[in-house]
Amino acid sequence: MRLALRDALFAFHKAPLLSALSIMTIAFSLFAFALFGLVAINIKRALEGVEERVEIRAFVADGTPVEDVVRAADEISRYREVASSKIVSQEQALARARRELGEFSDVFEAGVLPASIDIRLKPGSRDPRSVGAVAARVRTLGFVDDVRYGEEWISQLHRLRNIAGITGIALGLAFAVVAVIIIGATIRMTVLARAKEISIMRLVGATDGFIRRPFLIEGFAKGVIGGLLALALTWTAAATIEYYLKFRATFFDDRLVLFGLAGGALIGLFGSAFAVGRHLRRI
Amino acid sequence: MIQFFNVTKEYPRTGLALSDATFRIHKGEFAFLTGPSGAGKSTILRLTYFEERPTRGEVRVSGVTSSEVSRSEVAKLRRRLGIVFQDFRLLDDRTAEENVAFALEVIGTRRDQIAPRVQRALSQVGLGSKMKAFPRELSGGEQQRVAIARALVNDPFVLIADEPTGNLDERATRGVFQLLRDINASGTAVLMATHDLELIKRTDYRTIELDHGRVVFDSTDSAPPPTPSAGSRALGELT
Repeated sequence: MRLALRDALFAFHKAPLLSALSIMTIAFSLFAFALFGLVAINIKRALEGVEERVEIRAFVADGTPVEDVVRAADEISRYREVASSKIVSQEQALARARRELGEFSDVFEAGVLPASIDIRLKPGSRDPRSVGAVAARVRTLGFVDDVRYGEEWISQLHRLRNIAGITGIALGLAFAVVAVIIIGATIRMTVLARAKEISIMRLVGATDGFIRRPFLIEGFAKGVIGGLLALALTWTAAATIEYYLKFRATFFDDRLVLFGLAGGALIGLFGSAFAVGRHLRRI
Repeated sequence: MIQFFNVTKEYPRTGLALSDATFRIHKGEFAFLTGPSGAGKSTILRLTYFEERPTRGEVRVSGVTSSEVSRSEVAKLRRRLGIVFQDFRLLDDRTAEENVAFALEVIGTRRDQIAPRVQRALSQVGLGSKMKAFPRELSGGEQQRVAIARALVNDPFVLIADEPTGNLDERATRGVFQLLRDINASGTAVLMATHDLELIKRTDYRTIELDHGRVVFDSTDSAPPPTPSAGSRALGELT
């Protein structure tokens, strides 16, 4: 192991330009991947923010006893999909309308707006099917005049989320594949640069495992260094975007940062294993 | 020790390189492989250290058989062979000492054993005073001596030399050849490919001549060719 570590370090020292090129390639491949990941995360967060506003409003018929409404609201809040339900009286509905409509606030008179039960749904139950199902269930209550939940708007939002998710996965995979190919190619360059050394190792009786070891260490180290560089580049890009676009972007949490670094290390390791393995099979 | 049984080697693109070769190299023997370029000398050597496998027939080296040998067994066998090439194959960025030590390091020799063994091998080839020299600072003959020291440092039972004097001038050739003779005299077998007939004429060592992949002459071809079963018996006696 000592010799493998020395050889791995020696490879950096012997071909600094090639090593730097490999690290930069890994860094930029991961940077492109991370940048896309950052965009995807921020789109996801934005959509989640919009989704939180998904609400079902069940309008209560005039003259319904308050006890019936309270009992129904309590029952609704126990539905599996429901996060909370809140009774909004006629007065509260009027105050809310006036607040939301600003300069047109005087168009409403007292008693015009009906009371309602406002229902918020749990995350994961905000898709059109779940919302529709809860709305249909609420509609069966005798005192409910009408149920509104922005059916068209929720469908559009859900479609947009699906498109963003599928595009994210497809582009993410494409970036990851490109990263692996590029990294494999750069590591293959370092293997070829040391082809003479490898052939001598084999002639004097080194095993394939022994020959592979320094390259694996080298690939792992390059992956980690490339990953750290990519992290620094992504952080700088996110900070620059925040500064110029005055936009509060969400950055990767610690778990994702570690995941990215481990990904870089694994890409370096597997890229090396693949390149050396291919070379050893040929000689 | 080294046995070829009806060995044929064909390459997909260039065709027949060796045809039905049968011979045996004994323990401690010095044998020349000679013949024109493309006759099959290097093919025999590559088959001997299992860089190639026969298309037909069988090669046995110190009990290791070509039809059964694994990659890890090849690696272990090569630790007991010394291999020398015309182009020396030294690492340019390492000193003579480091080049020789490399052969010990990569097989996991204990650190405290490396330095004395390297010193002994380099002294044996007459380069005890040039241990710190890089290959570019050495003459062709000296570089070949470093390569021979690297081949000797593991105390091989046979030294396989592929045109070791091919890149050397007359004086260096004589020096390297004398070194190979000395190595042989100390008990190590030498199998040397060369097309230098003057070198061959100078000694009475065994000569196997090849032409178009066939063994056309063997100076000690008095005994009948070995069979695989006879070879197995001989192997027990010789290794």
